[in-house]
Amino acid sequence: MKKSVFLGTLAATTLFAGMALAQGTSTLDTVKARGELNCGVNTGLVGFAAPDANGNWQGFDVALCKAVAAAIFGDASKVVYIPTTSADRFEQLTSGKIDFLIRNTTWTFSRDTDLKMDFVGVNYYDGQGFMVRKDLGVSSAKELNGATICIQTGTTTELNLADYFKANNLTYTAVPVETNAEGEQQYLAGACDAYTTDASGLAATRAAFADPDNHIILPEIISKEPLGPAVRHGDSAWGDVIRWTMNALIAAEEFGITSANIDELATSSQNPEVQRLLGSSTDNLGAMLGLDAGWAKNAIKASGNYGEIFAATIGESTPIGLARGLNAQWTQGGLLYTPPFR
Amino acid sequence: MAVVTEDPKAGFRLGMLIYDTRYRSITIQIVVLFLFMAGAAWLIDNLIRNLEALGRGIDFGFLWNRAGYDINQTLVEYTNDSTHARAMLVGLLNTLLIAFLGCIAATVLGVIAGVLRLSKNWVVGRLMTVYVEIFRNIPLLLWILMIYTIFTEALPAPNAFRGENPAASMALFDTVAFTNRYTAIPWLVFDNSLGWLQLGPIWLNLDLTVIIVALVGGFLINRAILKRATRIQEATGIRPTTWWQSLIALFGPIILVKFVLGTHFDYPSLQGFNFTGGLQVSNSLVALWLALTLYTAAFIAEIVRGGINAISRGQTEAAFALGLRPGRTMSLIILPQAMRVIIPPLISQYLNLTKNSSLAIAVGYMDLRGTLGGITLNQTGRGLEAMLLLMLIYLLISLTISGAMNVYNQSVKLKER
Repeated sequence: MKKSVFLGTLAATTLFAGMALAQGTSTLDTVKARGELNCGVNTGLVGFAAPDANGNWQGFDVALCKAVAAAIFGDASKVVYIPTTSADRFEQLTSGKIDFLIRNTTWTFSRDTDLKMDFVGVNYYDGQGFMVRKDLGVSSAKELNGATICIQTGTTTELNLADYFKANNLTYTAVPVETNAEGEQQYLAGACDAYTTDASGLAATRAAFADPDNHIILPEIISKEPLGPAVRHGDSAWGDVIRWTMNALIAAEEFGITSANIDELATSSQNPEVQRLLGSSTDNLGAMLGLDAGWAKNAIKASGNYGEIFAATIGESTPIGLARGLNAQWTQGGLLYTPPFR
Repeated sequence: MAVVTEDPKAGFRLGMLIYDTRYRSITIQIVVLFLFMAGAAWLIDNLIRNLEALGRGIDFGFLWNRAGYDINQTLVEYTNDSTHARAMLVGLLNTLLIAFLGCIAATVLGVIAGVLRLSKNWVVGRLMTVYVEIFRNIPLLLWILMIYTIFTEALPAPNAFRGENPAASMALFDTVAFTNRYTAIPWLVFDNSLGWLQLGPIWLNLDLTVIIVALVGGFLINRAILKRATRIQEATGIRPTTWWQSLIALFGPIILVKFVLGTHFDYPSLQGFNFTGGLQVSNSLVALWLALTLYTAAFIAEIVRGGINAISRGQTEAAFALGLRPGRTMSLIILPQAMRVIIPPLISQYLNLTKNSSLAIAVGYMDLRGTLGGITLNQTGRGLEAMLLLMLIYLLISLTISGAMNVYNQSVKLKER
């Protein structure tokens, strides 16, 4: 009897938990009460989100998780990394299993509207490209007529590929693969002539090859892939926390705030915007977000500003070797442009 | 004063529903049924409410939107401009194709392996035991992946067929190319193709229809000829010569069709990145088919062995006493009786094979799970709707197979009079 009552209560609690979520309790309060941030990341893409040799998650996306945790708790280690596949990522978010999604996810119209997600910004401007073997003698994607192409299913790349080949009146055969690792294996075995995914992903994949020099990434970028973090639709207060934490990292680079000089600048800087950002002015921006005054300072201290994170995880000195390109500050000809902290 | 006793059978009181043993069991069943339905309704209502609260009500409208993706194996007309419903149909046909091929091959292989396992020849018997034990004790997914990986890694890429001294060459007089992507084989093409006939949403390939009609028609005519011969034999004792009539009936129509349609073979040749011409049978199809066949046949072999063992030894001895050789004994006496034991578990193996074919996604074979439950689901984000549809379709396929096999079972089962 006791047992069945217990089970009944458990079942009822689970169902009501789902309801409570739907009724819109603030995610920030939930996260604070839990004491940990559930961050939905890639299952493993070197440079963006992958566990290192010691099992610690590292990467460009992971750094944002750390920054958000630091902004909320003042401690960058209070993150639970939940690996999500391209197929289950949206369900993980809408079901509340993760607090926000940062998984090389392209911001598209239908995902923002129909799938009921809110993208809060772009942390990496990407585009879809092709990788081929050098000895294939192909120098442009337009020469890929009749080729067999490996592609990860369940991504926007599938539709881009179909559109691009249709627009250029070319034909192809798709070899659908489930994971990046499988695509890599098929491509290396010659089961496909070309491998297509986001150019950053291609660079990351190529970096892991035994002979990266024998493979080239074709110059054509066939799509716009703004990758960014997403929260549940209507969860705007929580979305603000993610958006402005990310903007703080970008603004920090613009103002020259680095993890090395941040403590010094917090006390000595005469720039009012820097003072507001780092919580040393009387305007308490943190309180407006529901966070401490030192939120942005903690976030930047977690792994440095945007530029530092980029250089350490996917930049030109890493095996991934990505140039800043579109992801440079607007003052450097890139697209990074954060609204003012005021 | 006389006491009038009421007739107990006359009235019906509400209390009798509980206290009368005639009604009690029905009452309990109805109450349980209502409670169960209320519980189910509560769960479904809860789900729908929660989805609506999230702004994601159940809506199947996405099926009529443009799919936008390409599928590498299509049995019917499909382009990326087709609808998601069309993509679902393509996937469904691919599922049915692999299930059909798999069931036939698994039955043939399973019966052979099951009979051979009982062989008096020690080596043959043990070999079959090894086969059965290896295949049924390793997960199917591993077999699929292994066979696919062997194809991918061991066979040459189409590029290897290129040049003056190619690293690989085509087999069977330069007509068949085994590559690590597909097997390119010659294929029939029709000079005077009849094209397609559209019947509502269904497109009918007229060439294929004509061929099937010719084959089935020839077979039916042949059966009528043989029946007539048997009738004459039973009446007169003399069987008329029918072999030339049979030959004409079986092959006449199909030869006629060949001349009318004007068929010739189209041979594959290397053009650009890939082979063109002929038919390309993708490795994912072959790997999946092989793995499903070998795996399910191991189970069918055990079912066949059990069925044969269930027939009493006396039947064999009686057949031997009549002078039948072992092979004839098996095919005429033992197997027909064993069928009664074999059919019911065989049905579940067919159902298993069909459902297991949904592992196709592991090798990129675009079956129903790959199109509707894979790309469509991911592109539209309609997870619940797609999964409900998938479950419904697999249920319908399984029930159809099961129903057809039960009809067959009725016809072979022991008829008690």
